[in-house]
Amino acid sequence: MNTQANLASRPSKEQVIYANILVIGVWIGLGILFLTYAIYVSGILPSHVDMMLVTQNWDKGVNEYLAITHSPHGLGWLALMGKGDFLNYLGFAFLALLTIVCYLVLVKGYFAKKDWIYAGIAILEILVLSLAASGLLGGGGH
Amino acid sequence: MLNNLKNSINRFLVTVTVLVLTCPAGAFAAEQAVVIGGDKPWWYWPVILFFFCFILGILAVMAGVGGGVLYVPLVSGFFPFHIDFVRGVGLMVALAGALAAGPGLLRRNLANLRLALPVALIASAFSIIGAMLGLYLSALNPDIIQVCLGATIVGIACLLIFSKNSEKPVVTNQDAISMALGLGGVYWDEGGRENVEWKTHRTLLGMFMFILIGLVAGMFGLGAGWANVPVLNLMMGAPLKVSVATSKFLLSITDTSAAWIYMNRGCVIPLIGVPSIVGLMLGSLLGVRLLAIAKPKMIRVFVIVVLLFAGLKAMDKGLGLGILG
Repeated sequence: MNTQANLASRPSKEQVIYANILVIGVWIGLGILFLTYAIYVSGILPSHVDMMLVTQNWDKGVNEYLAITHSPHGLGWLALMGKGDFLNYLGFAFLALLTIVCYLVLVKGYFAKKDWIYAGIAILEILVLSLAASGLLGGGGH
Repeated sequence: MLNNLKNSINRFLVTVTVLVLTCPAGAFAAEQAVVIGGDKPWWYWPVILFFFCFILGILAVMAGVGGGVLYVPLVSGFFPFHIDFVRGVGLMVALAGALAAGPGLLRRNLANLRLALPVALIASAFSIIGAMLGLYLSALNPDIIQVCLGATIVGIACLLIFSKNSEKPVVTNQDAISMALGLGGVYWDEGGRENVEWKTHRTLLGMFMFILIGLVAGMFGLGAGWANVPVLNLMMGAPLKVSVATSKFLLSITDTSAAWIYMNRGCVIPLIGVPSIVGLMLGSLLGVRLLAIAKPKMIRVFVIVVLLFAGLKAMDKGLGLGILG
């Protein structure tokens, strides 16, 4: 690739930072998933819901399942971090929070470049993702 | 010698494809056993699911489709899990795959942030509405979701058969929205050894389509690469490579919002979720390596046939016809 081509097709600084955060975050997230799952299935920490009860009821709708297993919805899992099964949510949540972290970096970059349209889009996206993560929408069900 | 090895690998892949995809028969038979006996140990289904997803990951890469679009119809059709949990985990599977693929695509400037951000905002907002609507309908009657999912999967299979992507679409007039947002760029085409400049048109129409894509992705827990690519490429005029890469990256944003809705509702069960995510990701890694020596076209045709079958089976199940077992 010649120098001109290299310059023209080079990714923006924000894009590279975004990629760097993702690559580290994904491996950390997968590591957490693997570790917490090992803790769960090995029984190092007690489970909130017995595994046999899970397998006997995973063919039921989510509302019925939650009622039978006395499992929380919304962000209720945070209060059960000491239980092997709900500890796994740490990995899921970490992966699902990565994009928000990446967007925070984008906002800073776009503000620095005075790219107000994209700064606004990035802020709106953070709001949308935060609203989804907050448990305020669709967290209920009983 | 090398040809023999390639042929052996191809034969192996096709055999495994047939075994796993036509024959979630193993899974199906075991499902019957659970119904009859219900005496399986807790690890039985997670182990089967892990290997199933591992193979699915290999095939998804070779067929050029996302993991989620295969995962949801096949697992909901052949495993004993309720569709609520399959959709929740399906989104996590698609999300994990997109997050893993993102860095490479961004660094090579194939996935374009300026193109992704506006459409991602629309799709992610509407995927929340789709997820809530899907969970509401499922609570009313899961058969509604099964039938709609089946119809969507059949539609996706048809899209994969008939859609003719354009490598480098010609865009003569960049529209006002595209210019205001700066939707264009340059990428280095390794094959042609040249810089490819591109820009988009029909941006407003494309954005409207992302409303529908977000709704469908959220409602059925499907990654939406199958829809993103035609809209970005055929409608908005982005080059195919940029469309595919940006689509994959887009999933990491669109699926995040819907995944949170399902997770907060309790639809992600670790016993189903972790083996699925890890299995599919490991399978995808192997799939990328095998891609160089296998015959993806044959596998793609087979996967499309299986998608058609899975879609029809979901419709059959939802309508209670019992024609497909």
